[in-house]
Amino acid sequence: MSIALAPGFTEPVFDAQRVFRAVMDATARPATVQPLATDLAPPAPLTPELAAVALALADHEAPLWLDAALAAVPAVAAYLRFHTGARIVEAPDEAAFALVAEPDAMPPLGAFAVGTDEYPDRSTTVVMAVRRLAAGQGLACEGPGILGRADIAIAPLPGDFLVQRAANRALFPRGVDCVFVAPGSVAALPRTTQILPEG
Amino acid sequence: MRAAMRDDLPFPRTEVGKETEAYNFAYLDEQTKRMIRRAILKAIAIPGYQVPFASREMPMPYGWGTGGVQVTAAVLGPDDVLKVIDQGSDDTTNAVSIRRFFAKTAGVATTTKTREATLIQTRHRIPEEPLRDGQILVYQVPIPEPLRFLEPRETETRKLHALADYGLMHVKLYEDIARHGHIATTYAYPVEVAGRYVMDPSPTPKFDNPKMDMCAALQLFGAGREKRIYAVPPHTRVRSLDFEDHPFRIQTFKQPCALCGAEGGYLDEVVLDDRGGRMFVCSDTDFCEERRAAGHRGAMAADGDAAGETR
Ligand SMILES: [Zn+2]
Repeated sequence: MSIALAPGFTEPVFDAQRVFRAVMDATARPATVQPLATDLAPPAPLTPELAAVALALADHEAPLWLDAALAAVPAVAAYLRFHTGARIVEAPDEAAFALVAEPDAMPPLGAFAVGTDEYPDRSTTVVMAVRRLAAGQGLACEGPGILGRADIAIAPLPGDFLVQRAANRALFPRGVDCVFVAPGSVAALPRTTQILPEG
Repeated sequence: MRAAMRDDLPFPRTEVGKETEAYNFAYLDEQTKRMIRRAILKAIAIPGYQVPFASREMPMPYGWGTGGVQVTAAVLGPDDVLKVIDQGSDDTTNAVSIRRFFAKTAGVATTTKTREATLIQTRHRIPEEPLRDGQILVYQVPIPEPLRFLEPRETETRKLHALADYGLMHVKLYEDIARHGHIATTYAYPVEVAGRYVMDPSPTPKFDNPKMDMCAALQLFGAGREKRIYAVPPHTRVRSLDFEDHPFRIQTFKQPCALCGAEGGYLDEVVLDDRGGRMFVCSDTDFCEERRAAGHRGAMAADGDAAGETR
């Protein structure tokens, strides 16, 4: 069986820079929604934005983990391997980046690498494809990068996401950082962001 | 001090032609940029923590800020407008060379105006004009570890950071007080970021420390020789370490800038002649020039341009 691989970035140098910059802006300003345009057409259920983040940041030094939905389609791993050179790891805590197509079915944040007290940077960044990202409503967030308070609506999320995030926050400086991609946009909740209780 | 001035550094000339140019955009190869970009994301997520990275050789000596240059190279895009300052000045050989390096290797627009820049690389100063949302300030850092002079062993300083055990630093500052009656540290004055990590702000005068606190711009720090990247996200608390009975204070200057009359800025002493003549002028050259262009005059400003003239 031969698989025709979908192409990678049209302009690898500039596309990678642009995607990185969008993720950086999102991380530096948690709970804001940053534009992330991409013309990638990867095999489903890998979304163009998930693929863009992976192609911009993963390589042989930064392995990828795929959630069950992505792992079920061999063409997804083939596409990512070809365009990034990254290893695809089975264990979530061995990944530099975890790609998640179905956030409501993913393992708990605690299953990923959280780093050590001396090297808290040796952690997984969990990149989740969501249907909806909207600033100005939803979760109320505080922390570095946020002037006062910022609200963001993200859907879908794991049912007990707030509990998981609170546990993640308590590990600081260890912890995982969350990046969310939706069609044409990206947002982030790094480990420092505190989600305020509702009400 | 600036004896090693050279007009032209041996920067590689990129071939004209899209593919080659793209490959060498901002000098670094793509693999290196990705590695630095990942380190930058971690640095932002863990404010004040020093992320190790595999620093690359750059076509300039370490003293020229290769850490800052690598961070800038990894962040910079074709639409950026770059400003480079060295001790507040856009015109030193170091600033001019780095600006030219990126104009050549990345084709980006450059400026001396703080307001127009999207990315400012700096050595030893923070611009006087408040930075705005969306701007990025990249610091060149020689020694990133604030505890290094107190504890030379990397394994030990790493432990101290892990435990947030900054007692050594407080002891050092308190010894200053015991000896001098005040905290004698005036440069690279240690700060606590977001209530957790103690960080070296690079050898900026402590005068600039308050500008780091709740700064609207993203602050990135690159140390090339020591292979560390760290960051302060926008709108983040940066507190200069102090004591209740000895609160942190910045330097003040007795007179305003001799050229533009600005009060409350950071001034450099300029020797005018060999008979002890001297004046104090803004270290931030763009700030000073803007004020003079707007008609402000200091005591030594002749009509026309008196800047730096000696007789
Ligand atoms: Zn002045």
